[in-house]
Amino acid sequence: MRICIWVFPVLIVCGLVCRINADQTARTERISGSAGDVLDDDPTGRLKVYVYELPSKYNKKLLQKDPRCLNHMFAAEIYMHRFLLSSPVRTLNPEEADWFYTPIYITCDLTPTGLPLPFKSPRMMRSAIQLISSKWPYWNRTEGADHFFVVPHDFGACFHYQEEKAIERGILPLLQRATLVQTFGQRNHVCLNEGSITIPPYAPPQKMQAHLIPQETPRSIFVYFRGLFYDVNNDPEGGYYARGARAAVWENFKDNALFDISTDHPTTYYEDMQRAIFCLCPLGWAPWSPRLVEAVVFGCIPIIIADDIVLPFADAIPWEEIGVFVAEEDVPNLDTILTSIPPEVILRKQRLLANPSMKSAMMFPQPTQPGDAFHQILNGLARKLPHKKNIYLKSGEKLLNWTAGPVGDLKPW
Amino acid sequence: MKLSALQPSNMNRRNNSFRGSAPLDSSSDGSIKSPSAIFWLILHGLCCLISLVLGYRFSRLVFFFLFSTSATNLYTSPFRSAADLSQTLNFNSNPIVIPELPFNRTAATTTTTAAATTSSSRVVVGRHGIRIRPWPHPNPDEVMKAHRIIERVQMEQRLQFGVKNPKTVIAVTPTYVRTFQTLHLTGVMHSLMLVPYDLVWIVVEAGGVTNETSSVLAKSGLRIIHVGFDQRMPNSWEGRHRLETKMRLHALRIVKEEKMDGIVMFADDSNMHSSELFDEIQNVKWVGAVSVGILAHSSETDESSVSVIEKKEDGENPSMPVQGPACNASNQLVGWHTFNSKPYSGKSATYIGDRAIVLPRKLEWAGFMLNSRLFWKDAEEKPELVKDLDSLDGVDEDIESPLSLLKDISVVEPLGSCGRQVLLWWLRVEARADSKFPSGWIVDPPLEITVPSKRTPWPDAPPELPSNEKVAVGVQEHIVKHSPKTRTPRSKRSSRSKRKHDTKIVDTQLPMRHSEQN
Repeated sequence: MRICIWVFPVLIVCGLVCRINADQTARTERISGSAGDVLDDDPTGRLKVYVYELPSKYNKKLLQKDPRCLNHMFAAEIYMHRFLLSSPVRTLNPEEADWFYTPIYITCDLTPTGLPLPFKSPRMMRSAIQLISSKWPYWNRTEGADHFFVVPHDFGACFHYQEEKAIERGILPLLQRATLVQTFGQRNHVCLNEGSITIPPYAPPQKMQAHLIPQETPRSIFVYFRGLFYDVNNDPEGGYYARGARAAVWENFKDNALFDISTDHPTTYYEDMQRAIFCLCPLGWAPWSPRLVEAVVFGCIPIIIADDIVLPFADAIPWEEIGVFVAEEDVPNLDTILTSIPPEVILRKQRLLANPSMKSAMMFPQPTQPGDAFHQILNGLARKLPHKKNIYLKSGEKLLNWTAGPVGDLKPW
Repeated sequence: MKLSALQPSNMNRRNNSFRGSAPLDSSSDGSIKSPSAIFWLILHGLCCLISLVLGYRFSRLVFFFLFSTSATNLYTSPFRSAADLSQTLNFNSNPIVIPELPFNRTAATTTTTAAATTSSSRVVVGRHGIRIRPWPHPNPDEVMKAHRIIERVQMEQRLQFGVKNPKTVIAVTPTYVRTFQTLHLTGVMHSLMLVPYDLVWIVVEAGGVTNETSSVLAKSGLRIIHVGFDQRMPNSWEGRHRLETKMRLHALRIVKEEKMDGIVMFADDSNMHSSELFDEIQNVKWVGAVSVGILAHSSETDESSVSVIEKKEDGENPSMPVQGPACNASNQLVGWHTFNSKPYSGKSATYIGDRAIVLPRKLEWAGFMLNSRLFWKDAEEKPELVKDLDSLDGVDEDIESPLSLLKDISVVEPLGSCGRQVLLWWLRVEARADSKFPSGWIVDPPLEITVPSKRTPWPDAPPELPSNEKVAVGVQEHIVKHSPKTRTPRSKRSSRSKRKHDTKIVDTQLPMRHSEQN
């Protein structure tokens, strides 16, 4: 009896404490992906990266020729180089390095309108690999299995912007054993190797921070999207662009007041996203898009319409719980799907999005901040350690075919 | 039957020649069995032929209309033949493109088989159909559900980022029955219905409680305390201001007696309130003040008065004077912006309904908010800020603004980023005191007087042309056209000659035309 008398007040106290804690954490929720609560991990001390010294024709000269490379959505490769040069994980002793980084700005060949041309990229990559394999012994030691490359272009290391041609080319044969850090991710696709790290596209952090509006502004737009539905220049008939999904969104919902969708380019684009509950992130010519980053930063639940897409840092971030995945064939029923989500689930997704570690994991800020995308890349690399013993080749063993691939690739750069 | 059996094989042969790869034949031959499949093949062939003639938009349009959402097999393996594609209602039915697709598909399959690393992907490159459901318009049930979701999200936002422990808003409105009362009161009512906090609305009506006002208030669904005040509203603006002050003090007495807890704000019935105002007044501790925009317009602003105003206020915002707290750079209250009525002296309205500018007082009641506990008789922690209401009962002096109620003006808290935001607008628009309006603004019974309109809006009435008297005379008897709406100068003749018919036949038809017809 005495014990019962004590148990009751103890339970009350516990209940009160739990309620207080629940109130305090009501605004955000902890994010734990399949790899655990790894967004806040600090990679310093868990891995060592050696940065090759390549001649400036592979990096600095390209940037000098066209400084626009710093602002487009593939700029992650440049900022990654700068980050690694001054990061505590960098080691100047290659013998103790776990990972080797090749600073090559492979997408910095822009047309006058700012789109990157991938035609010289395979040759540039081959030339760089030839250089590092002849000057340092570490490439030949493992044939690149402990090297990583940042290839943020449309279809990663397939080096083409058209999906059919990219599939034809496949990943550059020399990069088959290396770890690729890329924005493209689609399951069962030629251009995504197992063990690749998917990263978000680069979105300028200062620009996004400059357009923040007060948090108490009520979210009154139900679904928001700005962008093309038909690409009349490259796909006049329709049906190719976005596999017809964007056109389906337009045809089904153009007169629906809940869907604020159009092809405008408003100056209040970022502010509008902060006033919306759902933001559409459909595929375009490639499945990934900077809209995902913008939606996460502005607290708008992303609706991802891209079959089999692999989202950034998929092992650290539980995207299923944060965004809404809609199959491309279910697009005509998008309104039914969205309105049938229970409000508690929507509020939970918003709480997950409000977590500051989630927002910082999607951005590439300068100067670097703890938990940002650079650190998540390093965390991903650290999770792949220790290397398996079988990546080290016995002497004379050769696994890569240096003459594979289209003939045009073999020309020196 | 034979013909129909022949046709699919013809189709196959045509497709085979394009493809030229043997393994794909068997799949196509084996699957053409059902009559619906044959029908679709024939349709496909027809579309191909028509498209060859017209251009390829035709097939796309036709299949858009025919398509239903139940197509399932668009994304199966890339080994499909063109015939199979047509079976599954895929509108890749452009004959110019189809030959290319199998090439691409076979090329893709060879690369995938060569790579041998990945399993076949569900997602296929190439042209896909654009799925449109049969009725692509909003569903009202879903729209309602979406609005409920939006409401819930906004409520959560308010809970997280808005005011914690919101206080009840006590709105005080003096009113009386007049022409524009419904207009003004409905405006305030709708603003108050949208307030997301608890609300009590005290409506004080001069001349006693009337059914007119009650019927307007009943539509709101708010908690309303509707009391009457025994004096009638006088006809002059000066008298109206005084009476309104007395009515407001009466409402404050009610607050005191009922011991209402909340923030008292003065919502005059012709003012306009923004919804941010109600969020801002939650920050009041004891006495708060906001900036009020004064819309002192009249229908006949003189040229001279406008130019006078603009001269005085060049450099500042010349279009709208603002009353409210004035702050220095460190956001402390240093003074008050009041209304400068010198430019309007002599030109302002004296009687309600005058066609002249109606001027506000120096500081309007509407710009002040008070914590209701200030009026309680004996509350703990109540600062002695306000003179006792009972002592003001018999006093005859004019209490212009709540500042006169305060013992010490410096305790007023400026709100709305220290008076920089204008959160409500003051306006007085009234009709003439003797204007007639239907009671309750319900027109019952319908109006009896009908006045014929000068121009008929109906298109089949003939247009008027200049008259030709000579022709008209001979033709009068034959004119039968009825058009009682318009009258012409010739009607004199027509009516004279046709009085025996005793109908209101008015000649508007062209006599020329009739003569031609006859």
